[in-house]
This record gives sequence, C-alpha cells and structure tokens, in this order.
Amino acid sequence: MMLTLLPEALLLGLIVILFVQVIVKPGQDLAAKWLPWACLGLLAATGTSLAQTGLMFGKTYQIDALSQFIKLAVAAGLFMAVANAKGQATLKEPMRTDYYLLLCISAWGLMLLASSVELMTIYISLEISSYALYALVPLRAGDKRAAEAGIKYVLFGAAATAVSLYGFAYITAAQHTTFLAELTTKEWDFATNPGALVGLVMFLAGFMYKLALFPFHFWCPDVYQGASNETAAYAATLPKLGAVVILVRLASLLVPGQPGMTILAILAAVSMTFGNLSALVQDDVKRMLGYSSIAHAGYVVIGLVAGTAEGLASATFYALVYVLMNLTCFWVVCHLSKDGRNMLYSDLDGLHQRSPVLAFVLAVAAFSLVGLPPTAGFMGKLFLLTSAWGHGYDWLVIIAALNTAISIYFYLSLVRHAYTHDPVATPAPAKEGGLALGTIFASIILLLGILPAPVYDLAMQAGKALLP
Amino acid sequence: MTASSFPVLSALIFFPLGAAAALLAVKNVDLIRKLTLVAGIIEIALALPLLGFDLSSGAFQFVEKAAWVPQWGLTYSLGVDGISLLMVFLTVALLPLCVLCSWNYISKRIKEFHIVLLLMTSACVGVFVALDFVLFYLFWEAMLVPMYLLIAVWGGPNKRYASIKFFLYTLAGSTLLLVAIIAFYVAGGTFFIPGLMTKTFSPELQFWTFLAMALAFAIKCPMFPFHTWLPAAHVEAPTAGSVLLASVLLKMGTYGFLRFCIPLAPNACVTFAPLMIALSIASILYGGVIALGQKDMKKLIAYSSVGHMGFVTLGIFLFSQRGVEGAIMQMLNHGITTGGLFMLVGAAYERSHSREIADNMGLGKFLPAYMFFFGLFSLSSLGFPGTNSFVGEALVLVGAFQNSLLVGGLAIPGAMLAAAYMLRLLQKLAWGQPSCGAKFADLSRREWIYLTPLAILVFYIGLAPTLTLRVMDPSIDNLLKEFTAKTTNIAEHDAPAGLTQYLALIGKEARP
Repeated sequence: MMLTLLPEALLLGLIVILFVQVIVKPGQDLAAKWLPWACLGLLAATGTSLAQTGLMFGKTYQIDALSQFIKLAVAAGLFMAVANAKGQATLKEPMRTDYYLLLCISAWGLMLLASSVELMTIYISLEISSYALYALVPLRAGDKRAAEAGIKYVLFGAAATAVSLYGFAYITAAQHTTFLAELTTKEWDFATNPGALVGLVMFLAGFMYKLALFPFHFWCPDVYQGASNETAAYAATLPKLGAVVILVRLASLLVPGQPGMTILAILAAVSMTFGNLSALVQDDVKRMLGYSSIAHAGYVVIGLVAGTAEGLASATFYALVYVLMNLTCFWVVCHLSKDGRNMLYSDLDGLHQRSPVLAFVLAVAAFSLVGLPPTAGFMGKLFLLTSAWGHGYDWLVIIAALNTAISIYFYLSLVRHAYTHDPVATPAPAKEGGLALGTIFASIILLLGILPAPVYDLAMQAGKALLP
Repeated sequence: MTASSFPVLSALIFFPLGAAAALLAVKNVDLIRKLTLVAGIIEIALALPLLGFDLSSGAFQFVEKAAWVPQWGLTYSLGVDGISLLMVFLTVALLPLCVLCSWNYISKRIKEFHIVLLLMTSACVGVFVALDFVLFYLFWEAMLVPMYLLIAVWGGPNKRYASIKFFLYTLAGSTLLLVAIIAFYVAGGTFFIPGLMTKTFSPELQFWTFLAMALAFAIKCPMFPFHTWLPAAHVEAPTAGSVLLASVLLKMGTYGFLRFCIPLAPNACVTFAPLMIALSIASILYGGVIALGQKDMKKLIAYSSVGHMGFVTLGIFLFSQRGVEGAIMQMLNHGITTGGLFMLVGAAYERSHSREIADNMGLGKFLPAYMFFFGLFSLSSLGFPGTNSFVGEALVLVGAFQNSLLVGGLAIPGAMLAAAYMLRLLQKLAWGQPSCGAKFADLSRREWIYLTPLAILVFYIGLAPTLTLRVMDPSIDNLLKEFTAKTTNIAEHDAPAGLTQYLALIGKEARP
C-alpha cells in the first residue's frame, strides 16, 4: 500500500519537513536550496508508480491510470513552479518557506483529487488544494492589487463551491449514493431524473470555476494580474489539472447528445471565443495569459464532449501539455521581471538581443499555445479535434479551428516584440543563470510535439480505463 | 533502381536541420556563410540519388514508412512522384543560390539568418515529400515560422506589417485545412495519403472539404482575391526571402490542389471548376493590369507572380493532360524565372539602394552582363519562345482552348499583358535615361555563379522540355485516370441539374 501511495506520501513528507522548518527556524529561507531537488525526486518517484492500481479507504480513493497520469503531471508542474518561485522579488524573505509550504499543500490536494472517486472526498480534496491557494494569491509585497486579487479569488471561489455543494445535495438526494462507480450505473436522463442532472451540472460548476470556463471565468485575468508572477504561474496551471481530472471522471457519466453534454459544448465554444477575443486587446502579458487560459479551458472540454475513450485521453493529454507550455511561458515572464512587476508586451522588446535563450523559449511556448507544429500544443489540439469529429459536435471542432486563427495574433505579439522590436533605451538585463531549465522546458515541448506517442499512450490507458 | 536502403528523403529533411544546429556553435560570420553554402551543396548531392527515379512509373517512389503515433494511425511516411520530384529539386537547388545572393545583402544577425534559411529548406522539402496528411500539415505550418522571421527580422522598413499580414493570412487559411484533414481521417480511416487517394468520399464531405482545402491553397498560391498579402510580403522580404517565397512557397498552394483536391474531392473539383477557372483568369488579368502600373520593381514582379500562378491554377482545373502538364511546367518555370528576377532586383538594390524603377533607369548602358540576365529572365517571364515559360504557358493555353474557346480567349490577354509590363520594365532599365549606374560595377563573380544555373535552366527547359515532361507524365496519367474514374458518375452528383449537365459536358471535352 505504501508503494501505491508513494507520490502522495512523499509529498506529504516534504510538507512535514517544510512545516517543521517554518516552526523551528521561522523567517529563514532554507527551502529554496533543497526543495527543487526534492521535487525532482518526487517527479521520478511518481514516474515509477505509474502502473499502480488499487481501491482503498472504503472505495473512496482509486489509484488508476488516470490518477497516476495526473499525479505525474502535478509533480512535473510542482517542480517547475518551485524552480520558478526561487528567489522571487515580491516575497519578503521571512515568508519564503511558508510560501513553499502552501504551494506543496495545494499540490498535495490536487494529487488527492486525482484519485478521489467519491463526491465528498472530491470536495474535501478540492478544498485542501484551494485553501492553500487562497492564502498564496495575496502574498505579494506592497501591492494592493494582490490583496484585491486574493479577495476576488476567495469570494468567487466560495460562491462556486457553494453552488457545487448545492448540486452535490441534489445528486445525493436523487441518486442515493455519492460513489462515482455507483453513479455511473444510474439514470442521468433529464426526462426521468431531472434533479440528478441539474445537480450534476451544478456540481460541475465548481470545477468549471477552477478551470476558468465561461461563465465562471471572471476571476481569472484579475487574479493573474494581481498575484505575483510566480503565484500566477502556479494558479494558472496546476489547479486546472485537478479540474480536468474530475471533469474527465464525471464526463463518463454523460452520453453525447444529452442536454448536459450540449450545454458543456456550448460553454466550451463561448469560452474559447470569448477568451481569445478578449486576449486580443490586452497589453499586460499575464492578463493576456489569463484570457488565453479561458480559451484553453474551452479546448479541453472538446475532448470531454466527444464521449469516447480517445476524447478523454486527448483532454487529459492536452491538460498536461497546457500546464507545460503555460508554465514555460510564465517561466520566461518570471525570469524577465527582475523586480517582480507585471510585464507588458513592450517589456519584451528586443529580448532576442538581451537573451537569445529566453527569446527562443518564449517563442516555443507561444507557438505551442497557438497550436503550431512541431510543438506539443499542435499535437494536443490535433488529438482533441480528431477525437471530437463525427460525434455530433463537428461545429465545435470548426469553432475551435477558427479560434486558432484568432489567437495567433496575440501569441505572435510575444514573438514579434521579442524578435523584431529594438530594445528600449537601457534594456534591463535578464536574470542570470537558470537558463538551462528553460531550454529543457522548451525541448520537452518540442519533443512532445514531434514524438507524442509514449506520453499519449499513458493518457490513452487512462481514457480506456474510464470508458472501455 | 537505386538502393532503397538509404533514406534519401529523410536525409534531405534532416540534413539541413543538423546543419542549422551545427551553425549554432560557429562564431565567425564569414565561416557561417561558407558553411551554409557547403551545406547547400551537400544537400544537392544528397538529392542526387533521386535521379534514379523510375520514369515509367507514376507511383510514389523512394517511399519510407514508419510508425509515428500509432494510437491515431499517424505514420512518418515520405515519397515522391513525378509532381513532387521536380519541386524537391527546385527547393534543394535554391538553397545555395539564396546563400550566395544574400552574401553581402544581409549584414545583421547573420548566423540566425542562415539557420532560418536551412530550417526553411527542411520544412519546404518536407511539404513536398510527406505522404502522411498530418506530417504534410506539420511541415506546411512549421514553414510559416522561418518565413515570418525572414520577413520580420531582415525585411524592409514596413516589415512588421508585412510579416504579420503574411502570418495571419496564411495561418487563418490553413486552420480549416486541419479540420478537412480530420474529416478525411474519420471518413477514410487513415492519414496515409496514397491510402486516402484510393477511397471515394461522399459528395457532401467532398464539397465542404474542398472549400476548406481550396481556401488554404488559394491563399498560399495566391489566387485573386486572396493575394493581398503577397505584394506586401515580397516588397519587404530580403532577396532570399522573396526568392523562397516566389519559387517555393507559392508552389505549395498549387501542389496542394494537385495532391489533395483533385484525388480526394474530385466531384467537388468538377462542381467548383467554373469558379476556380474564373478566379484563375481573374488572377491572370488582375495581376497583369496591376503590374503595369507599378513603380517598385519588386511589387511589379510580385503582381506578375499573381498572374503566373493564375496560369498554374487554370491549368490544374482544366483536368486535361495538357493543362496539368502546363501547370506543373509553370510551377517549375515560375520558380526559376521569378527567382532569377528577384535575385536581379536584389542585385540592383545592393548598388542603387532603391527598388524604384525610376532610380534604376538606364542600367543597360553600364552593366551589360546584368542587363543580359535581366533581359533573359524578363523574356522568360513573358513566355518568349525558346525560354522555359513558353513551353508551360503554351501547354496551359492548349488545354484552355481544348476546354472552350471562351476560357482560352480570356487567358490570351494575360499573356499579352505579361509582355507589356515586362517589356516596359526591361525598356526602362536597359535604355531609360540613366538615373544612376555610371559608377556601378557590373556583375561580380559571385553574382555570375548564382545567376548562371538559372539561365541554363531557362534555355534547357525552353528548348528541350522532354525530360521534364517525361518525369511528370506517368504521375499525371495516374492522377487523371483516377479522377476520370471517380467523376464519371457525375450525374448522381447533387449539384443543381443544369450546372451538372454543363459541367459534365466540359468534363467530357476536357478529357482526351
């Protein structure tokens, strides 16, 4: 059992060590030295536990291909986020260890979420992850906007959670069970069981909030803009994985063509179009990334409405790819922003001359976000669109393809400013060191774009386990 | 036959990538230029095994196939037939010429420039040899990035506008191509192009996929009214960028029509043929008329490209042996001739620092060798007998007249317009009141080296087109045989009855 729970147990160990450090030596930044390496170890350990299976804790906690794949993605994302958060300028020295502690707790909640197969467990895991994040968002020294972002995040989050709980009550009342395994055998038709379907849609709302899917997206650009670059990098990526895993598990309850599924498809279409159109007019890079993540939430849902194992696998794969390319993009922003302020497009001017490596990494991430080959973003999108074609939602595929055309402009702006504009009078030098990590991120994005088969195979196993 | 064990086509794709990676380590600017030149020559040498191409077969040759993403049936499959072989040769041959013509012109970020050139070559070869639809799309899109950088970084004063317009236009056009590819996969069960070619798709699917594909390819060609990105991109791009754009990129659009539209959506091709023919003729006439009024040499040649590509698409949508032969000939010829003209404009710009005709008048008096080449390529561009374009244009016109007197009659003024705008340019450059040029040096040895091969090709194809035709003929036979077989039951097609009958009539006349 210990081996089955290795990723969670290891991360819990890290949390305990961090907790002890916070208590015993308060105000000292000790974690930055060892934590990235420990997270790398966690990533490796999660890799070894990919093939584990099991059902434990009174059938509420399932270890399967999907959960292990998501845990791997969480571990990879946590490593990137921790490496990224090292030496952040807008965080007071004494708070640094606490910051890492909260980061790890949030990731731990996500790992639990990946394995939860019972509604109550899902809810508690989600809250473990969210509460840590509520505390993280306002942690930005001397910035009122961070406080504003923090309040927004908590308020919207609380409202979404309340809706979610309300839906949870409906489901329990209508279906008399909270176990997903039993829920799959029940009726979910609107005609025969309206309460259950209404409840399910409301329950999903909580996760759409996490995913920033329209109409639960309002918090997203403001929180990204207000939170520090490093926190935004985390908040923009990993919690999305948690949302995707639950949506994937619950999507197997719905059949294509059902009203619930159609609502989801419409939300996806609106989300991607709204996100991309709004992103067009931003000049703050983080705000643009906020709107872009609303659009990407829409893309992920394409895989869910397909209602096939391939679709679920594609959505899972795309979630991983999304985390990778977005974190890489944020990594460049964090690296460039020496004093931790928000980056405007114009701050990227002439990046090519200041730091060719950063400019290259940014270009790879940006082209991947567009979905241009040969990057992981292209493969992810190809799989998503292919899986959804011919399952009654062809219009959604076409809208998604057209959205690529809309989105090219603002992603290309990143590249345009970095490569074709001349640097402003006295260019701030990019942070020294650590560039190797960015190169590795960019290489992974390219590698996944050229040879996605091995990783996609893991996602496919996860999809097949849910919808054989 | 050649040894099939050596993966020629993979080598052609990956060698430039490797060379680009190797350049990263080189610091000396002069060495970078020389190394890229050597890489270009090695690339040509790598393409030599393709001379073992079996002329009697229209099938794909030098085929390589390996699993890529087995879960979705994606394969890494490459191959060439008579149509793509010529394009591969053209692409590969242009790399060293582009290096040579940018030798002095490019003065900043020299290493990056040559890396981008190599990446560009790799992607372009990939487009022409890919036999997997997704692999094709991968190269098709990947090629946008180096081309964007060529214009955006090394371009003229208005480069930002031109490069973004180029990128947005071409990318927007090809997003729906991806949807078409997916629709073909879902209907046909494979991404493998020869596999898809043997299948017959429902008229409805053909109709929509044709529209999606035609949009992507028509923008790339570019076909009137989707041509507006081209003059902007050409004018701002550096010489090598213009050459690649004209000689290789535009061909991808017409190649797409030949490779995908005709075999995969034959019935829709017939349905849309009147529209495509009308647009082709519009391109020919519009390009010619606008070219007449240009003051900028590059813009003039850019608009002439619109006209020339109109001839290519016209030839394709005649669905006749002569028409398609002429189209492919013109694809090749336009690459040679227009490439040469852009190089010459670049050479003039290096001397006078202006691309305006008014600033380059009367060069003939001082630069006889330059004028010789300019005259040669100009005559070729207007389809003068004895030059390469004559052969192609004549074939297309023969096909057009076979089709109907109207189509042929409408295309003829295009050929005359070409003579008008090219001779006007030639006259001003050769005998105009000298505006400068007295102190200019005539062609250097480097310029001789990159212009001579193109000049030889102008005469070779012009005087002895047999070999070129023999390369493409078996593939065209195959293409049209399949096409005829698939479109004979056209009466069942769900287009409006009158239109269908009319089209069937045209189709019968067009078929030899």
